[in-house]
Amino acid sequence: MKRFLAATTILATLCAPAIAEIKIGATLAITGPASFLGDPEAKSLKMVVDQVNKAGGINGEMIKLIIYDDGANPNKARTFAIRLIEEDEVVAVVGASTSGTTMALIPLFEEAEIPFVSLGGAIAIIDPVKSYVFKTPHTDRMACSKIFEDIAARGMKKVGMISGTGGFGASMRKQCLEIATATGIEVVADETYGPKDADMTPQLTNIRNAEGIQAIINPGFGQGPAVVTRNYAQLGIELPFYQSHGVASNSYIELAGKASEGVRLPATALLIPDLMAADDPQKEVVLNYISSYTEMTGEPVSTFGGYAYDGLRLVLEAIRAKGSSKPKDIRDGLEEIQGFAGVTGVFNFSATDHLGLDLSAFRMLEIRDGGWTPAK
Amino acid sequence: MSEFVQFCFSGLTVGAIYASVALGFTLIYNASGVINFSQGEFVVIGGMTTAVLIASGVPIWLAAPIAIIAAVIAGMTLYKLAIEPARGAPLVTLIIITIGASIFLRGLMQTVFDKQIHRYEGFSGEQSIAIFGAALLPQSIWILGGSLVVFVLLVWFLSRTKAGNAIRATSSDILAAKLAGINTNSTMMLAFALSAATGALAGVLATPVTFTSYDAGVLMALKGFAAMMLGGVGSPAGALIGGILIGLIEAFTAGYISSDYKDAAAFLVIFLVLFFMPGGLFGMVRVERV
Repeated sequence: MKRFLAATTILATLCAPAIAEIKIGATLAITGPASFLGDPEAKSLKMVVDQVNKAGGINGEMIKLIIYDDGANPNKARTFAIRLIEEDEVVAVVGASTSGTTMALIPLFEEAEIPFVSLGGAIAIIDPVKSYVFKTPHTDRMACSKIFEDIAARGMKKVGMISGTGGFGASMRKQCLEIATATGIEVVADETYGPKDADMTPQLTNIRNAEGIQAIINPGFGQGPAVVTRNYAQLGIELPFYQSHGVASNSYIELAGKASEGVRLPATALLIPDLMAADDPQKEVVLNYISSYTEMTGEPVSTFGGYAYDGLRLVLEAIRAKGSSKPKDIRDGLEEIQGFAGVTGVFNFSATDHLGLDLSAFRMLEIRDGGWTPAK
Repeated sequence: MSEFVQFCFSGLTVGAIYASVALGFTLIYNASGVINFSQGEFVVIGGMTTAVLIASGVPIWLAAPIAIIAAVIAGMTLYKLAIEPARGAPLVTLIIITIGASIFLRGLMQTVFDKQIHRYEGFSGEQSIAIFGAALLPQSIWILGGSLVVFVLLVWFLSRTKAGNAIRATSSDILAAKLAGINTNSTMMLAFALSAATGALAGVLATPVTFTSYDAGVLMALKGFAAMMLGGVGSPAGALIGGILIGLIEAFTAGYISSDYKDAAAFLVIFLVLFFMPGGLFGMVRVERV
């Protein structure tokens, strides 16, 4: 039945005469535990649509955006995805804010053959490659590579890790352990903490006492890393300290205060708009995004909103380049995108790469005087 | 040695926070037999209000009392609007009402405040104090001191004041209390107000260490509830000792065994204690006269 419905949906889309409206769908975690992702994502999508429609649309057609709020619940997300495919008859979908909801939706969009640009972080979304699934956020594996690249460049051989047990921290911990083995760096201490824990000094005391330790890495998300950073300063630990891209925002510096001085982390260009070189391909798009987003919402930009901003702009670019808004053409168009400067990085998709970002999307930053500077 | 002291400091700090939440539970339980599951939200109201006020330039000595008053108003409103109209209902119904109220308060805080994480500077600065080679934050002393003061006040209030005795009488037999001329309604309202104040004070003291956000109350309530169960439901001493014990068990497990088993170890101990001492460490076995 589902297959039949999906097939008729596609038939209907194919047979329909040239419509004056391009329908694009989104199911995001606007409320609920992942609302810090979905909220800026939804606002960024609306902003792109407003801007494009004001400028006359794409290929003379207006964009219609249909957003549902799945609250990061995979069951709800599935219901909304089916509604987007069957009732709203969208030509492409941006989002699912989390990796969990994305994984639940992949079979639906693969079967319906609707391009699906996910905003989830997990590498499993695009590895192995699925023909209709793309994603814009870089993976935690890339963040680990960037951190270990920096550690190796500083000539360090032994590190300690303290990871959150939430989805983000647990996944990144696993990736970092693999990367460590691959680069020949030894993890001499491996501790964890609960995402809402108030004190991590016991774990840090053990890490500090590990023999020969040269640096500490903290994969985690939310308030945990800020607590770890404060405890780190409380104990007077002097080792180089690495955070993940999960806390790459000014609120981390605010929460961790002076303790964050000297912390290094991999982040996107969004954090350092003023420090980018004048010929940086991302400079213009980053500055544009920051000024229009803050003007529209009155809130500071976040990396997550940037994922959605890039996702929708990539879909629109594919429609523009192909001169068609058929799902199949959008999919092909996405795969052909080369050198597309987004907020998150420069995208180069191919038949074998549906993420399109490489390590250059990450910049190693260091916190100095309560602000971000490129690490040297 | 320095490790041991460090683990103790960590356990005492975290434990004192659990204890102060448990003390709030104890107060309402003593008045009504209800476990108030929106106790965690009182903690968040205290922390969030203080954080927002401090961010807008209000000094801490003014922000803290305002935050506590805000929580007291929330507690009294909760009683007036949700508990009082359902007074005749069985206890389970009342407990479920408090769960509903906690969800409502979380939603309300999302709109009144925001979804961000907040904190403010510790009252006596951020420079840690070195004791036996371990580092103690000055705020930890505030938290420990705060829960001790609340404990002493609570014991004094319940056993030495007229209002406190009224609370205990209401809990023991509401009809007899009424016949003895106690206004049980205002007594219950007083218990909710004081318990909200206790929770908010915990939030005000703990936020520089724990941070706070609209949904931080869930875990607070869970740990506070566990502390109360361990110590013995209804006993202020049990709430204090139970909270500190859970904090210490967590810290020592994280330090000496593995941080992965931190929460499991605490709950295993609670399980064992309740298995052999169903009333908790300081719990009274209730004798029913028939």
